[in-house]
Amino acid sequence: MNHELRAGMVRFEGDGGDEIEGYFARPTDISAFGAVVMVHHLPGFDDATKAMARKLADQGFAAIVPNLYVREAPGASADDAAAIARAQGGVPDDRLVGDVDGAATYLRALDGSNGKVGVIGHCSGGRQSFLAACKLELDAAVDCYGAFVVGNPPEGSGLSARPIIDLAPQLSCPLLGLFGAEDKFPSPDQVAELDRVLADLGKPHEFHSFDNAGHGFFAVDRPSYRVEAANEGWRLIFDFYGRLLAS
Amino acid sequence: MCTYLTQHVTIEGSGKFADGWSGLHNATVYFDHPVHAMAEHTLNIDFFTAPDATGRRIALELTADTARELAAAIERAIASAPTEIVAASSITRR
Repeated sequence: MNHELRAGMVRFEGDGGDEIEGYFARPTDISAFGAVVMVHHLPGFDDATKAMARKLADQGFAAIVPNLYVREAPGASADDAAAIARAQGGVPDDRLVGDVDGAATYLRALDGSNGKVGVIGHCSGGRQSFLAACKLELDAAVDCYGAFVVGNPPEGSGLSARPIIDLAPQLSCPLLGLFGAEDKFPSPDQVAELDRVLADLGKPHEFHSFDNAGHGFFAVDRPSYRVEAANEGWRLIFDFYGRLLAS
Repeated sequence: MCTYLTQHVTIEGSGKFADGWSGLHNATVYFDHPVHAMAEHTLNIDFFTAPDATGRRIALELTADTARELAAAIERAIASAPTEIVAASSITRR
């Protein structure tokens, strides 16, 4: 079902009470809807991620993409901000959780919200989606090829990210995992380990790994795009959120 | 995949933007996804105008082969210059 939608920039309270910005899209032709916080990838608050937010609104969900780099690089282009954030080691985990919490609060307060909020992220955002779902009370989480949920960043990477598999007992909602079988970060072995840990804990989850796809297969503006995996991945996402977030 | 590997280099020198020259103080070098180049991964270099890797940026995205050729050409250019001239290549503060 395709919906009419409205999209644009909004400001809301993020971690530590900071006023931050985000890209917001919502359906305008239905009176009640679930919502999704979309965590952008390491390359930043870019057009491709904003298009994903509109795609969710088109399917009947409100969506917001917090600009995670607005503190380091206010007003900068997405790629400049991402370069600065990379040079500074990435976004601190606690701050990410606070920003997602602020975005979720914004979404729940919308006229028409059914109170249900999910989270989704790609690449570094996949790890951060899992992190947020372990630290916050959410209704559905999607991890698209998030690295370092299991396993450390390579030595010398300068990234502050650490493995967060120890948080799995706190996972507050069902998790959909979408991975590329040819990816190295996360590797198929790391995906299998996460699957096993969640199964042992009795945490509801479903994982799908796509052949002929590596990291970034959802990225329509990059050579890593794999149309078959991305189409099936979107179908799985809409089905998952339809069951868990729709009114 | 994202490699996440980032090398940091403190540099002395200048770079030119569309509106003029600026001092450069810091560079990051990494092999990861490019923003613009149509390759899955490239050797990327970001030059920053501020010591803490902020400020304005000059960015390069090069294929691995051409990045190696560039690095070799830089080495050859420096090696071909008289030693005393190379030794005197430090920033003069005005």
